[in-house]
Amino acid sequence: MSKKPDFRVPELNDSLEVPKVKDGTMAHSKPFISKPELNLALGYPEELIDNWQEVAINKLGDMVNNSRALRVYMDTCVKCGACTDKCHYFLGTGDKNNMPVARQDLLRSVYKRHYTLAGKYLPKLVGAEDLDEQMLDKWYTYYHQCSQCRRCSVYCPFGIDTSEVSMAARDIMQTIGKSQKYCTEIIGKVHKLGNNLGLPAPALADTLEGLEEDLLDDINVPVKLPLDVAGAEVLLVTPSADFFAEPHVDGLIGYAKVFHQAGISWTLSSHASEAANFGLFTGSMGNMQKIAIRIREAAQELGVKRIVFGECGHAWRVAYNHLDKLAGPFDFLDRRYPLPQHMVEVTHDLIEQGRLRLDRSANDAKRVTYHDSCNVARASRMGSKPGGQFSIPRDVINASCNYFYEMPRNTTKEATFCCGGGGGLLTDDLLELRVKGALPRMQALKQVNDKHHITHMAAICAICKSQFAKVLPYYGFEMDQIISLHQLVGDALVFSAEG
Amino acid sequence: MPETGEVVVMSILLIIAGLVFIFGTGRKIYQYYSTPAPLKIPTTPAPTSRIGVVWRLTKEVLVFQSLFKAAKVTWLLSWLFHAGLLVVLLYHLQFFTDPVWSWIWLLVPVVKYASFAMVTGLTGLLVLRVVVDRVRVISAPSDYLMLVLLLSIAASGLLMRYFWYPDIVLLKQFIAGVLSLQFQSFPGGFTLFVHLLLVAVLMIIFPFSKLLHAPGLFFSPSRNQVDDSRERNLDPRAIESRSTKDVSTGAGHE
Repeated sequence: MSKKPDFRVPELNDSLEVPKVKDGTMAHSKPFISKPELNLALGYPEELIDNWQEVAINKLGDMVNNSRALRVYMDTCVKCGACTDKCHYFLGTGDKNNMPVARQDLLRSVYKRHYTLAGKYLPKLVGAEDLDEQMLDKWYTYYHQCSQCRRCSVYCPFGIDTSEVSMAARDIMQTIGKSQKYCTEIIGKVHKLGNNLGLPAPALADTLEGLEEDLLDDINVPVKLPLDVAGAEVLLVTPSADFFAEPHVDGLIGYAKVFHQAGISWTLSSHASEAANFGLFTGSMGNMQKIAIRIREAAQELGVKRIVFGECGHAWRVAYNHLDKLAGPFDFLDRRYPLPQHMVEVTHDLIEQGRLRLDRSANDAKRVTYHDSCNVARASRMGSKPGGQFSIPRDVINASCNYFYEMPRNTTKEATFCCGGGGGLLTDDLLELRVKGALPRMQALKQVNDKHHITHMAAICAICKSQFAKVLPYYGFEMDQIISLHQLVGDALVFSAEG
Repeated sequence: MPETGEVVVMSILLIIAGLVFIFGTGRKIYQYYSTPAPLKIPTTPAPTSRIGVVWRLTKEVLVFQSLFKAAKVTWLLSWLFHAGLLVVLLYHLQFFTDPVWSWIWLLVPVVKYASFAMVTGLTGLLVLRVVVDRVRVISAPSDYLMLVLLLSIAASGLLMRYFWYPDIVLLKQFIAGVLSLQFQSFPGGFTLFVHLLLVAVLMIIFPFSKLLHAPGLFFSPSRNQVDDSRERNLDPRAIESRSTKDVSTGAGHE
């Protein structure tokens, strides 16, 4: 943190406190609006169209007719208040519209006005509202203050999932020409160059070569980071941040060491050099599908037998739940393996089979805690049993280090707090929101730190890692305290002289 | 005031209310059923089988599991209300059956507590809505009115139980009449009139309001979907040839 922030960073206390409800404390927080050419490239209007109200309302009706989730979620909220103190953005800002139900109501009130009997004739009675400029402005503001982490949906008696509502709202907005720059930019890049960072294939090859050299110097073992190798057993699809950013890259090195020691042939692909799928965040089925198809094309072209995903939260969500639906069938793969697999699952199974030599004491300088990434925790699974997404990463951590400590129970596993940067909000124009939204996680980290003097927090999501590297210093921690889970594994792997 | 006019008005109102309730709610249920749910979005950890989903929903319906995790006071009050309502509704079947189904009499010892649980729960929920700032700011007038409506129905019912008893024989004749579309004698009494009027209102607004949370829960994809996206792609032969564990996470080659 180089300069003083122009907002107040929340203070950490002994435990998390629920703030008083305030009006509009975050009304000023909006992401940059997308540039016309970025919108055009994705097939959206360049800027806000003239008849946006009409188009938006029709689109809303269409979406409700085609999504059972949205239809049920619009109808069933009883305003019981169970979700009101569950969102990290509300806990960090106190803004009324950051309570999940209030966020949903921005869309629900318009739905009621146009698509329900009571809302048409008695709008005041049932809280129905017109879609006017002010409302659209609120949509843009507050649907970009939802990281789609699904924490509210755990606690809602009807499972109402605000992430579905915010995806729908963003989809409506992009349809009328009001998209957010960060997401359109990234989706544009992934369509064009294969990854979110816009890293062209030669640069990627160069980077990987450099990493191989460093590794050889480091441990004197010729661990490879193969790119576009036809006939490999495994295609690894990983977030592009893994290729060079700290602490991500140490995770990538961890995967490479695991594959090397287990003797599994693997490859990265320059065509699908990105696991992330921002189509999910903007609620765009079309983009989500186009991004997913890249992976299928890469797998087919390289003739691999299975697809493994690196550490990325929402990528795993999309892959686990939707890859086959969006880009299938994958009948050319070895169907004895699940489609897809998570890298943590692969490592876990290798440990169970005794195929990895791990020396926990290599990590004895570290006192580790673990941050459950929201999309892995609440929107996917690992292993064959429900909750494997919690136990499998922990098993791997415990096999790799001696000092592991949990954060408070109401902040982990299905109750985990988002890092504050998920859902397409990991951009500097939303820095205040990101810092404040990280409060619940930072508070939990402080609590475990007070007791156990934590040196590192491990995570399995590129967004979490980037977000924490940025916000940890605001709360008095060090930016390098966030690490990849596979860094722990990589550091603990023992290679004998011959490798 | 057992005039024929009153009989006809009340009978017609109840018939209309019943029809609106049945067809309106039926239409919504069909809508929920027929709207596509293309993507898997169960809130995980989620059951990996259909039976698991039935169990998950059973817990949601009977003990409000998610609400219990979320807010203990709200949970207690709403559970008291819903459980009380269930017993009281079942007890009301005595007015619709002749001879009265015998098991209904088993409810006699608890119905008193059930009705007070209902009133306590509703009153508590109303107080919460006013007192807790987070709930107050998300409440529309209809949210308060709904509670007031339910409270009034409960209160008028209790008044008839303890103070102004209607003539049960006449009441049963009246109800049988409504059900067979014949206008029979109405036992009369202001309290009963109000009670039935409010019940009719409740039935009419049901398909157009948040009361749809009752059928809605069963159609909520985050709760009713099976978490089996990957298993469906597996080669069934693999399950025979490898241990379950290996198949599910399958690390290395043989």
